[in-house]
Amino acid sequence: MQKKSLKQHILIHTVLIALGLVFLLPLAWMVGTSLKTAVETGADPPTLLPATAQWQNYSDAISYGRDSVGYIPFFVYARNTLLFCILFVAGTVVSNSIVAYSFARLRWKGRDLAFAATLATMMIPFPVIMVPVFSLFVKMDWVGTFRPLWVPAWFGSAFSIFLLRQFFRTIPMELSEAAKLDGCSEWGIYSKVVMPLAKPAVAVVALFAFMAAWNDFLGPLVYLHSQDQFTLSLGLQFYRSQQLSQWHLLMAASTVVIAPVIVLFFFTQRLFIQGITATGLKG
Amino acid sequence: MTFRKTEARNGYLFAMPWFIGFGLFLAYPIIASVYFSFTEYSVLKPPIWVGTENYETLFADEVFWKTLGNTLFFAALYVPLATLLAFGLALLLNSKVRFMAVYRTVFFMPSLVPVVSLVILWMWLFNGEHGLINNALGWVGITGPGWLTDTAWSKPAIVFMSLWGVGNAMVIYLAGLQEVPQQLYEAADLDGATPWQKTKSVTIPLVSPVILFNVVMGIIGSLQIFTQPYVMSEDGSPSRSIYFYSMYLFDNAFKYHKMGYASAMAWIMFLVIFLLTLVALKFAEKRVHYEGG
Repeated sequence: MQKKSLKQHILIHTVLIALGLVFLLPLAWMVGTSLKTAVETGADPPTLLPATAQWQNYSDAISYGRDSVGYIPFFVYARNTLLFCILFVAGTVVSNSIVAYSFARLRWKGRDLAFAATLATMMIPFPVIMVPVFSLFVKMDWVGTFRPLWVPAWFGSAFSIFLLRQFFRTIPMELSEAAKLDGCSEWGIYSKVVMPLAKPAVAVVALFAFMAAWNDFLGPLVYLHSQDQFTLSLGLQFYRSQQLSQWHLLMAASTVVIAPVIVLFFFTQRLFIQGITATGLKG
Repeated sequence: MTFRKTEARNGYLFAMPWFIGFGLFLAYPIIASVYFSFTEYSVLKPPIWVGTENYETLFADEVFWKTLGNTLFFAALYVPLATLLAFGLALLLNSKVRFMAVYRTVFFMPSLVPVVSLVILWMWLFNGEHGLINNALGWVGITGPGWLTDTAWSKPAIVFMSLWGVGNAMVIYLAGLQEVPQQLYEAADLDGATPWQKTKSVTIPLVSPVILFNVVMGIIGSLQIFTQPYVMSEDGSPSRSIYFYSMYLFDNAFKYHKMGYASAMAWIMFLVIFLLTLVALKFAEKRVHYEGG
């Protein structure tokens, strides 16, 4: 931004480092606790790091009660979550990019009205549609399966359509026209011209979708009833209710659930930031 | 002309998934929900028309008022604090100093944490005896409250916890700040403006549409708060102090199977959101600056 004096530089760094530590401390505390013994978690004064790292907390946490009735099959949860995430992300990317292409680059009667209606639905709180959608899935006999969680993702969502449309509009129309003159079909223009240029925006939509699915709690809570179908979010909550004060094991389990998201973010970070700026995600 | 016709045909074809999705998962549910709200409905049996009974019962329902109060209290505390924090952080992160990418990642990271893990982590931080927060307060001579066991502190605790995940809003502000033309700052520098004056007279007016967008989204989101308090305590204890509107709605729908009653609650929630959004827009009318308008 503007030129700054040395004093300003030092001030900004000091404030950022102080606040940054406050933001990081909970995560550090979580990882620290996950490696402690049960006794150490209650130590007074508390320590950030354990005397010796208890790595077996992790295997204890994810295979808790392996031979008993209360067995919490974390690997089954992880498999369920991954399957749900893949189907959800694929549906979100495919359906919304096709629909956004139509809104951004094709002219048809009623388009702008349909787009305005699409935006207006973002105001509708989820509980309004929750009951009728549930009764719809009851009628289709889909309750107790994964389908209510991922099938709707294949039919578009207002927020993703909006994001992708904003980005698609910034791609010059001349490119489409040139491709058309070369005999390219509309589908060809979408898949071979527009989509390759829209990678940052698609990355943002995919990452948001992944996080929504990985995080989804209410959906699995309503639709999944047997334990072998649980996702990680639901499983972790179940685990919590069984392990009320085993903080070292709870923190190990939480770390296991958080880690994949953080790792994914680190790998997509550049594309993500680029996409956020480029999609004009600013109202 | 055939060109235009093909284009329109393709347009409808490409938009088809959304037409189906819109009809099936939005338009139909919205209409059905209005109808259900005037019925007694348990999903297993067909709905029975009861007129305005659900709404009348609601207005006399103590728990309804309690959860509505809790939810408005949360929103009134969270939305202003989150706006200040997210915008303040974005301003700091928009300055050209070294290691900015690292700082941005640090502040954004908590908003990546899955909600259930986040809540379990914070329950540990808020732990009255061994939690980090009360220990830290102890070092400066303050005896911290029992946070999650104290009715006066359980709601503020959820506000603090939610503020930690302010990174999403921060990123949106940051994108807005980067659009502010540099020449304006240079001009202000020539006039000898202080950093505070530049923020107040250049930055804030230019990003005001972004602030409005985030505030409205914040209101809509915070009035629907569900997973955080639900994971903490399914019944909103202590003494229903963290029993929020969406939790009561959920219990009515899926625990007591009173789907009609839950639908009536959903529409009252919509009305509250709608009114608060109108207030925000009205308030913004003269204060928000749109380019070229």
